Amino acid sequence: MLKIENLQVKLEDEDKQILKGLDLEVEAGKVHAIMGPNGSGKSTLSYVLSGKGGYEVTGGSATLDGEDLLELEAEERAAAGLFLAFQYPVEIPGVGNMTFLRTALNAQRKARGEEEMSATDFLKFVREKAKALQIDAEMLKRPVNVGFSGGEKKRNEILQMAVLQPRMCILDETDSGLDVDAMKLVSDGVNALRDAGRGFLVITHYQRLLDHIKPDVVHIMADGRIVKTGGPELALEVETNGYADILAEAK
Amino acid sequence: MAAPAQLTRQKQDVTAARLDALGPVPASGWSSAARSSALDRVVQQGLPHARDEYWKFTRPGGLTDAMAAPAALFRVEDTPIFDRIDRVRLVFVDGVFDAAASDDPELAGVRIDRLSQVAGADIHWAQGLYGVLEARGQSPVARPLAALNTAHATEGVLIHVTGKAQKPVSLVYERSSETADAILHHVIRIDAGAELTLLENGPAAARLNKVMEVDIADGAAFHHVRAQGRDHERQAATHIFARLGRESVFKSFTLTANGRLTRNECVIELTGDDAVAHVAGACVGDGDFLHDDTVFITHDAVNCESRQVFKKVLRNGATGVFQGKILVKKDAQKTDGYQISQSLLLDGDSQFLAKPELEIYADDVACSHGSTSGAIDEDALFYLRSRGVPEGTATDLLTLAFLAEAVQEIEDEALATEIVDRLEGWLERRRT
Repeated sequence: MLKIENLQVKLEDEDKQILKGLDLEVEAGKVHAIMGPNGSGKSTLSYVLSGKGGYEVTGGSATLDGEDLLELEAEERAAAGLFLAFQYPVEIPGVGNMTFLRTALNAQRKARGEEEMSATDFLKFVREKAKALQIDAEMLKRPVNVGFSGGEKKRNEILQMAVLQPRMCILDETDSGLDVDAMKLVSDGVNALRDAGRGFLVITHYQRLLDHIKPDVVHIMADGRIVKTGGPELALEVETNGYADILAEAK
Repeated sequence: MAAPAQLTRQKQDVTAARLDALGPVPASGWSSAARSSALDRVVQQGLPHARDEYWKFTRPGGLTDAMAAPAALFRVEDTPIFDRIDRVRLVFVDGVFDAAASDDPELAGVRIDRLSQVAGADIHWAQGLYGVLEARGQSPVARPLAALNTAHATEGVLIHVTGKAQKPVSLVYERSSETADAILHHVIRIDAGAELTLLENGPAAARLNKVMEVDIADGAAFHHVRAQGRDHERQAATHIFARLGRESVFKSFTLTANGRLTRNECVIELTGDDAVAHVAGACVGDGDFLHDDTVFITHDAVNCESRQVFKKVLRNGATGVFQGKILVKKDAQKTDGYQISQSLLLDGDSQFLAKPELEIYADDVACSHGSTSGAIDEDALFYLRSRGVPEGTATDLLTLAFLAEAVQEIEDEALATEIVDRLEGWLERRRT
């Protein structure tokens, strides 16, 4: 589904190479996790895939079901089914959460040539999704992420995922800033979306999140590359021994 | 009458040419004294010039030229604003009253006369106000275009409010001529405890000079919502002069989109304790556009509150100007003054020029002011786009969000909705 080959990325304004030939393939129905030390390029990977500015792709490719992602605008990638759950969700004063969700969903539907959802249908649809994530009507009315706690922001990310129903979900350190209960809630939300047609790429520092969202494949990333790939046991190994051994072995 | 020697030759010439073009001051009964003293003011002050400190950001040429520059008519495809609001409509076309298109001015507790209708009378209640508040507003800064208006106004409404008006009075300004040069002068008197909502919309003329004098007695309230439409080439200089009594309320909001040149001045005097004055504006400028909000608020009583909230979105070389002053006199203790002016610059060609001022002589006051200019928040834009919202729509959402703080100053929800709908419509149409 998501296929990344020899991806090389540098900062647009600086002569600094961040991704140095990254290969990764996420199949439909699978959950892949990426772990790695600070500065290994994990967040850059998520931003480059979702189309954020400030990066320059100097080589390689990234495709979603054969479609060249790197040629598309951010909104086109979203309409193609890609979704990034942000590590730091952005606060947007003055834009109501509901307006935001409806505008996003209908824009994607329009881009795919589908009919827009009516206001009434949409309200029903969102309320149902919100309920499962314990997001109340008040939170839906407030401006996007403004005054939300860390946990509320992350739940709001998952709500967007549930509403937009992307085929390929990237979660960038969704566990950061979450307490145990919130992590469970968020994980349940993600697990509810797991199905045969949907791929996940879960970026995290800690094995803890992977107790809740069980990965099929675990990758270790360092210095802009995937240096080791294995099963769930790889995450446990990192948790116990840190990255030192794996990195030494990779060299 | 000899022109005063201290005026530059250029200023004398511009003033003389404009006065010549206007001809003699209209003969009038009760207003003649006010008109002739206003004419004196014009001659003494001279019309504004680009070198005047008060006009350093806005070139006044288009407003002071002898004749109005022709302005192509603008086809408006929108349904007229305030259409869903139950109101008493008075329609003016190129500054001339259109009786056929207007409602009967029947409203309990409200008496409405038209200036042209009562001009010949020897006595009228408006005599105590016509040109009076304008004259008070000439110090410490001269406002010669307003004095010119008092001298030469041909039409306007004189509204005396004695009770709580059950629906808004709505002044609709249409235009059918490419060269009309309209001078409208309104006088509004709101008696103690009475209330009025006044709506204004439309381009009015190729060039409009409009003055509105509002006297708000103790415990009275005046709400004003104005929409200056998308008409590209029209030019306008408007003044509001308001005097507020004890515990009275004045709230004015203006939406402006396009228009080559607009100068909206608002001069407010808080003369009674515990009075409240709010002035707000949202403006969307694109291209050959200059919009100037100039506000002067004088606190001359205890425990009054004033608030100025101005937001401008500018693109394609548009210019926004804000000059706002809060003057707190020696005895105006417990004054609460707030002023914010912000611009959202959608490209590098547009500019926002702001001059916020505070002048405070009382020692127990809280006054704050702020002014910012910024580009669109790139993080917010990316966040929206990453959810599938196209860049244009995302920019519009953020634009509306930016303007929301000013629109929220409108107390009446239905009127606020009218403004938001209009803004959404404009933004959407511009995109397609």
